[in-house]
Amino acid sequence: MLRKGLAIAALGLALMGGPALAAGTQEEPRTVAWSFNGPFGKFDRAQLQRGFKVYREVCAACHSMNLMSFRNLGQAGGAFHDPKYPNPNDNPYVKTIAKDFETSEIDQETGDIVKRPATPADRFPNPYPNEAAARAGNGGALPPDFSTLSKARAGGADYIYSLLSGYSAPPAGLEVPSGQYYNPYMLGDVSAFWKGKGHAPPGGFIAMPPPLAADKVTFDDDTKSTIDQQARDVAAFLTWASEPKMEERKAFGVGAMIYLLILAGLLYMSYKRIWRNVAH
Amino acid sequence: MSGHSNYVPKTGFERWLDTRLPIARLAYDSLVDFPTPKNLNYWYTFGGILALCLGIQLVSGIVLAMHYVPHVDHAFASVERIMRDVNYGWLVRYMHANGASMFFIAVYAHMFRGLYYGSYKAPRELLWILGCVIYLLMMATAFMGYVLPWGQMSFHGAVVITNLFGALPLVGQSITTWLWGGFAVDNSTLNRFFSLHYLMPFMIAGVVILHIWALHVTGNNNPTGVQVKSKADTVPFHPYYTVKDGFAISVFMLMFAAFVFFTPNALGHPDNYVPANPLVTPAHIVPEWYFLPFYAILRAVPDKLMGVLLMFGAIAVLFVLPWLDTSRVRSMRYRPTTRMYFFIFVVACLVLGFCGGRLPDEYVIPGLKTFQLLDADLNSMVWLSRFAAAYYFGYFLIILPVMGLTENPLSQPKSISEPVFSHSAALPVGAAASPEKRG
Repeated sequence: MLRKGLAIAALGLALMGGPALAAGTQEEPRTVAWSFNGPFGKFDRAQLQRGFKVYREVCAACHSMNLMSFRNLGQAGGAFHDPKYPNPNDNPYVKTIAKDFETSEIDQETGDIVKRPATPADRFPNPYPNEAAARAGNGGALPPDFSTLSKARAGGADYIYSLLSGYSAPPAGLEVPSGQYYNPYMLGDVSAFWKGKGHAPPGGFIAMPPPLAADKVTFDDDTKSTIDQQARDVAAFLTWASEPKMEERKAFGVGAMIYLLILAGLLYMSYKRIWRNVAH
Repeated sequence: MSGHSNYVPKTGFERWLDTRLPIARLAYDSLVDFPTPKNLNYWYTFGGILALCLGIQLVSGIVLAMHYVPHVDHAFASVERIMRDVNYGWLVRYMHANGASMFFIAVYAHMFRGLYYGSYKAPRELLWILGCVIYLLMMATAFMGYVLPWGQMSFHGAVVITNLFGALPLVGQSITTWLWGGFAVDNSTLNRFFSLHYLMPFMIAGVVILHIWALHVTGNNNPTGVQVKSKADTVPFHPYYTVKDGFAISVFMLMFAAFVFFTPNALGHPDNYVPANPLVTPAHIVPEWYFLPFYAILRAVPDKLMGVLLMFGAIAVLFVLPWLDTSRVRSMRYRPTTRMYFFIFVVACLVLGFCGGRLPDEYVIPGLKTFQLLDADLNSMVWLSRFAAAYYFGYFLIILPVMGLTENPLSQPKSISEPVFSHSAALPVGAAASPEKRG
């Protein structure tokens, strides 16, 4: 059995042309009744604004969102969309938010790199100048970019929410390496560090310390700032950032389905009528 | 295209055109007047559905190519830009990505239909082989298309698949270097894959024209497998089959739209939304669902070269199928024993697809250790895929050749019209046979 397993594993390695890790274990993410679930789901605007605040005050210290511009916050479906400003670059909220960030550009007179306040057209600034700096600042681990995070993780928003609010004290018998934290929702294999009885617990080690704490972020709409609430809100915000056109897509889809249903009905009736006198 | 044409040019311009380039006659003979067996069921609508799929992929792909940047530094971001900043870019891109899956759903239905009703038998061997060529081109196109977003699965999938050619003796290494355009999967690989991904659909369109030409020479097969005997057996393609195909297409589009609008990433892999990183290998590299049966065959063999040969053999065997099936009865309707083997074959294909998505040493039934044979655990995905792969080849290489010689087929109807005489509409008006069954 073992020999065969090794042979097959070796075959797998040979086929993959590189190192392959054995699939680890993880706790199934807890499901949340998100406002954006289902074919008619929409994002909760207030939740997106709270989620953006969590991102800005907590996550943005380490995590980039390279594909996001400030103007995205004010576009249709965005957290700060205002129908009065069809061009999100004119949206005063977005302008104010952007102004609080600094971005660098090249002075055309001198060629020096100078700092200036960001505008809605600018991208979210990256907290680190490059990958090496990001790794050096995080004990060798690279904080993933958040632009597509919700699409890039099995379980999407449920997974992000579960991971952020799911840190727990490691079970007795589990030796957590220094600079690492145990999280049951993180995909991994902790069996090498398991000294307890029975199977190693599900989950893995994550280099990110528990990022959220009660009242760490003050919500402007007086929502109680618990870890659970912060995790939910930032998961919703990241899902919007991964799929900013989701509301447009679903609305379009409902219309398309109705159109196709009527078309199918008419074609079926035509079919029945045309074939009425043919024995087949 | 074959035989008598009923086209009558009506206007002066049509007459003028008809004596110079009879293109209107061609269209009339192949799409309007074409005599089609009147007993085709819904399994025969997938040809029309596939034509639509090809059209959707071509149009959406041409639009995507206007915005896509085939460079390792920009490919991922350019795809996301299409999703975020291009007007209705999300629609075009999701249609194209899900369209590939829909294309394969339809092509598999089309192929199983051909297998069941014996559509590959004389005189339709070339029609079938042209279809196999289209299928091969589709697989190459889909594989290269999946590489273009340059996500983690794109990159590592490309590494795995191109490395397969390295297993070939003597020439293997040279072929992989040639495919890569270098010594690793890199920018030159992405560039040539983009070029070929744009080229191949037009090759498919060309072979589709040959496929339809061959179809119009031999005429459609039909669920009875009996050749058309007289005009009573057929109806003109238009309006009878344009409306039936139209209805089937609209139902297919409902399923297509449900994926595109409500769960556009369900058929993809989350890892492909992580930008490609050659230094980080995903925990579990899997191809798209439509390649999983072949992936399972590949991994079922411990020897890499044999695995590669068997995987390509699984497709190659389709090309010689017309000469492997020794039975002269086309439709499985009249081959009850072989029909049973056919259904097991369908199950074997599904089992292979299931195994292809799992790790080889995973248990089929978790925790069960009683199927230990020497050092082999028969209760593992790799053994399940071995059994299924053995059946896959056994069906083509043993069952079909032997059954044709040994089975006792049921008696076939003399003509297509014969078995439908019991249909209520065939009776004279007023002869109310089983009136309770009439709509």
